[in-house]
Amino acid sequence: MTDTIAASRSLPGHGLALSKTRRLKERGIRGILFVCGLVSILTTAGIVIVLVWESIGFFRDVSPWEFLTGTKWTPLFKPQNFGVLPLVAGSLLVAIGASLIALPIGLASAIYLAEYAPRRTRKVLKPILEILAGIPTVVYGYFALTFITPLIRVVFPDTGIFNAASAAIVVGIMIVPMVASLSEDAIYAVPRQLREASYGLGATKYETVTRVVVPAALSGIVASFILAISRAIGETMAVTLAAGATPKLTLNPLESIQTMTAYIVQVSLGDTPFGTIEYKTIFAVGLLLFSITLAMNIFSRMILRRFREVYE
Amino acid sequence: MSNATSAMTALEFDLRPERRRLWGTIFLWVCFAATALAVVMLAVLLIDILRQGAARVSMDFLNSYPSRFPERAGIKSALFGTMWTVGFTGLISFPLGVGAAIYLEEYAPRNWLTRVIETNIANLAGVPSIVYGVLGLAVFVRAMGLGRSVLAGAATLALLVLPVVIISSQEAIRAVPPSIRQAGLGIGATQWQTLQHLVLPIAFPGILTGMILALSRAIGETAPLIMIGALTFIAFTPSSPMDEFTVLPIQIFNWAARPQAGFHEIAAAGIIVLLIALLTMNALAIVLRNRLQKDL
Repeated sequence: MTDTIAASRSLPGHGLALSKTRRLKERGIRGILFVCGLVSILTTAGIVIVLVWESIGFFRDVSPWEFLTGTKWTPLFKPQNFGVLPLVAGSLLVAIGASLIALPIGLASAIYLAEYAPRRTRKVLKPILEILAGIPTVVYGYFALTFITPLIRVVFPDTGIFNAASAAIVVGIMIVPMVASLSEDAIYAVPRQLREASYGLGATKYETVTRVVVPAALSGIVASFILAISRAIGETMAVTLAAGATPKLTLNPLESIQTMTAYIVQVSLGDTPFGTIEYKTIFAVGLLLFSITLAMNIFSRMILRRFREVYE
Repeated sequence: MSNATSAMTALEFDLRPERRRLWGTIFLWVCFAATALAVVMLAVLLIDILRQGAARVSMDFLNSYPSRFPERAGIKSALFGTMWTVGFTGLISFPLGVGAAIYLEEYAPRNWLTRVIETNIANLAGVPSIVYGVLGLAVFVRAMGLGRSVLAGAATLALLVLPVVIISSQEAIRAVPPSIRQAGLGIGATQWQTLQHLVLPIAFPGILTGMILALSRAIGETAPLIMIGALTFIAFTPSSPMDEFTVLPIQIFNWAARPQAGFHEIAAAGIIVLLIALLTMNALAIVLRNRLQKDL
């Protein structure tokens, strides 16, 4: 017994230790995989560096104060004005309108799917929501332009071809699946014992759902709301097609407006020469858009972490 | 004591049970109606598009280049551009995404750097697609000098779908039972040999499913490609990754943005082609997923 072990030890390359080439290969592979992991960091770094660098060039000519508080946005024609508020207001108008539609419908769907739907209905509904979530945004834009806008104009004949309401409705439809599926996960994660305790106290199903289950899942539901609103702010093609290209400070959803995202598209579709102040506006607006959505994403995860009810 | 309890009950609940049940029924129907509304929306959208575009889908439409005249215009260059772009997006994002997922699941130590990478991936998933377009424009088109090429577009889309690829590959790798790894290491295989011969083959269908879903996201992306300058009027198909190109969603956007009804019809026809491609990819992903569930 001891002899064989001793014999195998003396044979070159048959010891318990790895051969040198094998060890190098293992280390090399680990290194390559690590670099793949770093690509995501490089992407973020790239986004921040590009946006900040080009924005610095922009803010040499336009003061940040003027940019953030100005109420006129006309960088593409004379006299030039660089007040970004109309674009921000446009994005918010669409996002708020979309939320009014998507948050209640999404939450109610989530409650139905998680608490009421029979298993077979659920099996049909989940893929349908997945399909809705997977439809390209340009398709939603087309739908807004050719279906929703004409419908709005039947009710309000004065509405323009391009209007914020149509964009808000279609973005609302677009983010329903996101609210529904994230909120459903949160509701699903509430332990059964809580429901049973509530029934045990004599509550009906409705009372259990609205006073026990939904409050217990509230952090997840709110997080899904914030993510959906952030998605609505970042939405591009549907609002470009439906909402128009008129930067305007207005609360009237039947008017044509312009969002931050639609403005960036407008500039890159035109032939604005590279390096001009007009060209640099897309980086300044892009930086603002990136900061807003990033802040909302971080906020959403903070809520999930901070306020999650932990049950064993 | 019992008085206090009944007072509280009176505050919280209506004492008539039939009233309480009625509220329950109403609530159930409201929730059901909300869900049904989502389904109705999908139906209305599909019917609206079919009604406007179905008559225009034909071999001629697939085989013609764009034109000033809607009745002669087709999507040949856009269709080929989409295939080229999505193909290269897959070639770039697959090794990077799967590599990152393997590192995070199998190698990464539990330290601050790993936490930063994971938080960062979650944050990237929430970045608006147009911001990736700004990045692609500055880095791939300008700094790296790739121009408005298929490669620049594919690289931009690859970064965009990378979080999806990484997260779904991580899930697939995590689903492989630890006993498989222990068996591999137990018979003296190195960590990479265990991964290469045991773990990855089992995780592969799951990884592939995630990859297909990621590419089905890439196929519908419009904004980032508009940013990097994918043109609308292209009357040729790409023959190398350095050629200029256009893609289906951009062609659709361009037609939809015109006021004439003729262009709206071919936009709808283009959407039908795009949706068929998307549904085929999703069906493929579902088949793969079911296969995987049967095997384990």
